[in-house]
Parts: sequence; C-alpha cells; structure tokens
Amino acid sequence: MSHLEKLIPTLHPDYAERLKNRMQSPCQALWGILDNVVDPELPTVTIWNLGILQNIQWKNEQKNHYRVTITPTYSGCPAVETIQADIINALEKAGYTKVDVDVVLSPAWSTEMISPVGKKQLQQLRIAPPDPEDEVSCPICGSNNTQVISRFGSTACKALYQCSDCHEPFDYFKYFD
Amino acid sequence: MKTENQQNILLKYVLGLADDAVVMGHRLSEWCSNAPYLEEDIALGNIALDYIGRARMFYQYAAQIEGLGRSEDDLAYTRTEREFTNLLILELPIGDFAFTLVRQFFVDVFYVNYLKQLKDSKDETLAAIAAKAIKESRYHLKRSEPWITQLSLGTEESRQRVLNAIEELTSFVGELFEMTAIEETLCSEGIAVDRRALQPIWDNYVQQFLKTCDINFAPSQKLVVGGREGLHTEHLGHMLAEMQYLQRTYPGLSW
Repeated sequence: MSHLEKLIPTLHPDYAERLKNRMQSPCQALWGILDNVVDPELPTVTIWNLGILQNIQWKNEQKNHYRVTITPTYSGCPAVETIQADIINALEKAGYTKVDVDVVLSPAWSTEMISPVGKKQLQQLRIAPPDPEDEVSCPICGSNNTQVISRFGSTACKALYQCSDCHEPFDYFKYFD
Repeated sequence: MKTENQQNILLKYVLGLADDAVVMGHRLSEWCSNAPYLEEDIALGNIALDYIGRARMFYQYAAQIEGLGRSEDDLAYTRTEREFTNLLILELPIGDFAFTLVRQFFVDVFYVNYLKQLKDSKDETLAAIAAKAIKESRYHLKRSEPWITQLSLGTEESRQRVLNAIEELTSFVGELFEMTAIEETLCSEGIAVDRRALQPIWDNYVQQFLKTCDINFAPSQKLVVGGREGLHTEHLGHMLAEMQYLQRTYPGLSW
C-alpha cells in the first residue's frame, strides 16, 4: 500500500464491484425496497450492507420478472433460506410478484463486500468489524489489548474475543477474503 | 454437449467430493454437546456446518449432472454404504479429542492444497465451490494448528494421545493421494485435481509443522485404500445407519 493510499480511504474492489452492480442496475426501485431486509442473525444490518445482496436484474424482455442474486456468507449458513423468503415477502408487499432469488457461489462472499456503513453498524452492535490483520479492538472500550477466546462464536461468521482492559467478552466478525 | 460417458465420469467425481464432505461433517457433528467445553463444542459444530454446506453444494451439482430428478437429500440419505465413495480417513470414528484434532489438521492441510487447485478447474461450478470452500478450510487450519501445538507440548498424557492418533491415522493418509482412473481422465481435461502431486507438499508441510511440536513425523509405508471404490472400513455402515435413519424409516419426511 502506498503512502497516498493510506491517506485517502479507497473502496475495496469487492465492495466497489457490488456498488457498480447497484448503480448500473435498471431496477433501482427494488434496491430501495430491499434496503429494509435485514440479516436474521444481525437484525440491524441489511443484506445490502452485509454484502449478501449482489444484483437485481430483469429476467425477461417484458421487464416484469425479476432476478435477485445473493451469495451466502458461509457454505453452511442456515440463514440463506430465511433471507430468500424475506426478499420475496418484501417485494411482494410492494407489488412485485414475479421474483426469483438465486443463490450464486461466484463471486464468493468476502468480508470486504461489507459496506462501510455495515462495518459501522457491526460496531454499534458491539461486534468488532473484520480486520485484514486480525488486529481486533474492543467494540466497548476501544482498547487494542484483546485476546481470542475461541475462533468460532455464536454463528459461523464470528469469533469470540475478550478485552484484556475492560474484561468484556465480545464477538469479532471474522476476516474472510 | 457432453457424451453420456463423460457425464457419468463427472458425476462420479462430484459424488466422491460430496460424500467426503458429508461424512466429515457428520463425524464432526457427533461432538455436539460432547466437546471438552462450550467454546470447543461451538467450534466443532461450526466446522461441521461448513462441511455440510460444502456437501450440499456438491450434491446439488451431482443431482443436476445426473438429471434423474433425485435431490441432494436423496443422494445423501438413500445411497447405501457401498455406493458411498468417500475417502476412508474421513469415516473413522471421532475417537478422543486429540484424534479428532489430528485428523482435522491432516485433512485441513490436504484441503487447503486440494481446493487451491480445484479453484482453477475448467468446470465452472467446481471452481466456484472450491473458491468458497478454501476460505473455510484455511480458517479451519488456523484453528487446528494451535491445538496440535498445545496438546503435543502440553501434559504427558495429551502428548501421548496426539502420538497415538498420528500412529492410528498415518496408514490412511496415503489414500488422500491415490488417483482413481476417472480422476486421471478428468485431470487430463483440466477438471479434476492431480492428488498425487499434492503428496510432497502435504508431507513437507506436516513434517515441518510437527517438528515445531517436537514430533518426528514419518509418512507411513502402509496404504489402506478402497473408499473411492465403495470399499469401506467397518465404521461407515454404522455411521450411515444413524445418519440415514430418519429418511429410511419415514421416506420423504420433511421439516
């Protein structure tokens, strides 16, 4: 990383790619509706902010059938089916009845797909956001003096940490790229 | 358009990978509520979940290749022991905690290298599954390594248990690198992974790592094979009896 890049915050390519999909998608209204769909296990973080929602496109030439693509965080993530149902419900309520929600494996989800807003929201939930060097700071007191308790936490995407200063245990969203 | 024979070969290859993942996942899930303490219980359950997820992706793809209307569940729950083609090391009972961790370490090192190759497969679905799964295996390895260190350099008893596990497992390691005829064919087409080529990488990595635990690891000359042909140890049948019980007793039952 050059000196300049350190000074100017840039978007990670994984997130930038999703942002491009969103900006170029012809179905803008649907993105807005899905901004109300949250992850069932992190109920204040939306599927867009968490990097699960990948794209929305028309499925046919008549432009009345939609294809929403999502990518699971982990292979065995049990929340995928709930998320699919939540997307269909949200769009149905808004009058969009012909919707397919496809789970795609490629591009594989990475924590860098999480939006900057999503990272802040994790912090607000007292979950330490992912860090490429696994340098974890306590989401409660901000101390960098933390230690891992277990590499797996309450869900597949989290690890358990403890702060050595304020002694609070907390979840860390595992870095995954 | 793929010929029937080509399709059949690919189906067999994918089913082998699916069986590997479901068997490993099921074995790990047997620790649920039995691990030494809560965090470990959760960790083993999470790793099991990663493997079950991997199995689902492979079975879904296999069902699609087969095209006979069988679902992922049909493939996992209604095939017999002799139809399962998983590698033998994965079906061995969980043993004690040291045995589970040593096997996991061996298997993690294998998958990190195997999936790295499969990620470049000419088969797009296999490549996509591998790209996803390798991230998980890398993380699994990050967890199994410190455990091996801790147990090997811990008490006399924990060290002895690690050594026992290594001794029991070494003769099953060779099968990880034995190519089948269908793999040779698919390998020449750039679809399958050349497992034989992974052996020196695996040996070297494991030897180097175990050296840091004061363990001199010598690859075994004994070779137990048969998994990919459906010839199993006495343990798989018992495992499947439990795993498939519900679907066998109440066919088609769903949540």
